[in-house]
Amino acid sequence: MATEEAAGGLAFHPMDQFLVRPLFGGTEIHWYTPTNVTLWMGLTVLAIVFVLVIGSRGRAIVPSRMQSVAELTFGMVHKMLEDITGKDGLKYFPYVMTLFCFIVFANFLGLLPTAFATTSHIAVTAVLAVMVFLGVTILGFVKNGAHFLGLFWVSSAPLALRPVLAVIEIISYFVRPVSHSIRLAGNVMAGHAVIKVFAGFAALAAIAPVSILAITAMYGLEVLVALIQAYVFTILTCVYLKDALHPGH
Amino acid sequence: MATTTQEAAGHAADAANAMLPGTDAHGSAVGMPQLVFETFPNQIFWLLVTLVVIYFVLSRIALPRIGGVLADRAGKISNDIATAEELKLKAKEAEASYLRALADAKAEAGRIIAAARAEIQADLDAATARADAEIAAKTAESEVRINEIRAGALEAVNVVARDTAAEIVAAFGARADAGAIEAAVAARVKG
Amino acid sequence: MEGIAQLGQYLGAGLACIGMAGAAIGVGNVAGNYLAGALRNPSAAASQTATLFIGMAFAEALGIFSFLVALLLLFAV
Repeated sequence: MATEEAAGGLAFHPMDQFLVRPLFGGTEIHWYTPTNVTLWMGLTVLAIVFVLVIGSRGRAIVPSRMQSVAELTFGMVHKMLEDITGKDGLKYFPYVMTLFCFIVFANFLGLLPTAFATTSHIAVTAVLAVMVFLGVTILGFVKNGAHFLGLFWVSSAPLALRPVLAVIEIISYFVRPVSHSIRLAGNVMAGHAVIKVFAGFAALAAIAPVSILAITAMYGLEVLVALIQAYVFTILTCVYLKDALHPGH
Repeated sequence: MATTTQEAAGHAADAANAMLPGTDAHGSAVGMPQLVFETFPNQIFWLLVTLVVIYFVLSRIALPRIGGVLADRAGKISNDIATAEELKLKAKEAEASYLRALADAKAEAGRIIAAARAEIQADLDAATARADAEIAAKTAESEVRINEIRAGALEAVNVVARDTAAEIVAAFGARADAGAIEAAVAARVKG
Repeated sequence: MEGIAQLGQYLGAGLACIGMAGAAIGVGNVAGNYLAGALRNPSAAASQTATLFIGMAFAEALGIFSFLVALLLLFAV
């Protein structure tokens, strides 16, 4: 569909930006091939190092701007984790912080023109979500044993309803990684694709101003979405972690 | 995974030109690039590498450092507040001790004034008493001398009167004996 | 035959998108009620932003599923 030339010379290729390409030519993509995924993930690492490591280099009591950004990020994730999981969840802070930093920096870098948005790929977000899902499930059984299954047995409901609720709870538990990953990838992909579609309209001089205005507005929305989706992903991770640590409702 | 790459290789071989997985002859995406499974091992591998690198950078360097800075700042702020509290207490203490010293000094001054007044009073009393005594002594002495003078004067009057009487009697040509004159004069002076 | 299958795909994708309206209503409901509550008791609002985002995320998840169905119908069938 994306490849069909529309009437009037308009060409929409909204999905081309998500293609994984080898960096140094060739068409084979082995698991070790350096691709644009490699490049943009590497840039993500560099950006994180720049803000969180180099930015906090001064260790100043009165922080510089970059150090303030690093401290705000740290403080936000730390407070989120502590509010939701309590003190005993703070052990997993580096992991949660890793997720948040990766997603937020990958989202923002993906918004640069001609960039490749790594978080728009299901493969990437699914790995992130499955890691959270497996980690949380294993942690729940290790910490609470069989008591963890109490998560599915809603003891506050009437007895007759409990088996039905248990089925629903189990289904919703296993849907978690799906919605967790698709939410992030879907939001990023949809935003980028919509911008690309508007950009395709800009080829017509008559509607180009409208199209450019629309791109600008969408871009602003996407900047917001990039941050909010990273926040939502992290906060849901915290919620799942809380379920594993304190399975009682 | 090996089978997927073989499949990809097969697709590539089938096409006239070597193509990227998931693209058509023009290099555009066919369907969703997100669902081209040949690229999954690659993406997952690089994602895991990235996550491990980020995890180690954060947990080894960035997080301890930022956490340390935040803890330092919180410690410094509470320290400063405690110091300020302490200084405030000290200032209050200093004010209280100043007020106490002031009150002490006032009391001391009052005591000194009272003592000085009492001393002066005592001196004054002593001086007054001495002066009184002196005056009394002088008065007594004067009294004595006045009495003496008075007695002397009386004596002198008697003598003068006797002598005068004797002279007068002699001038009249009469002789009078001294005893009679004296008795007469004495009677007259007394009378 | 091919054309009918394609027609079905596109119709199905379009129908799946109706599901997003439900997600839109749900997210709007969450945000609106949050705002109403926050205006009644502004001092308690800040402590509930996390709950707001969690509720929005859950409401949005179902819209994402319909989006996913639409995409799968368009590209993966």
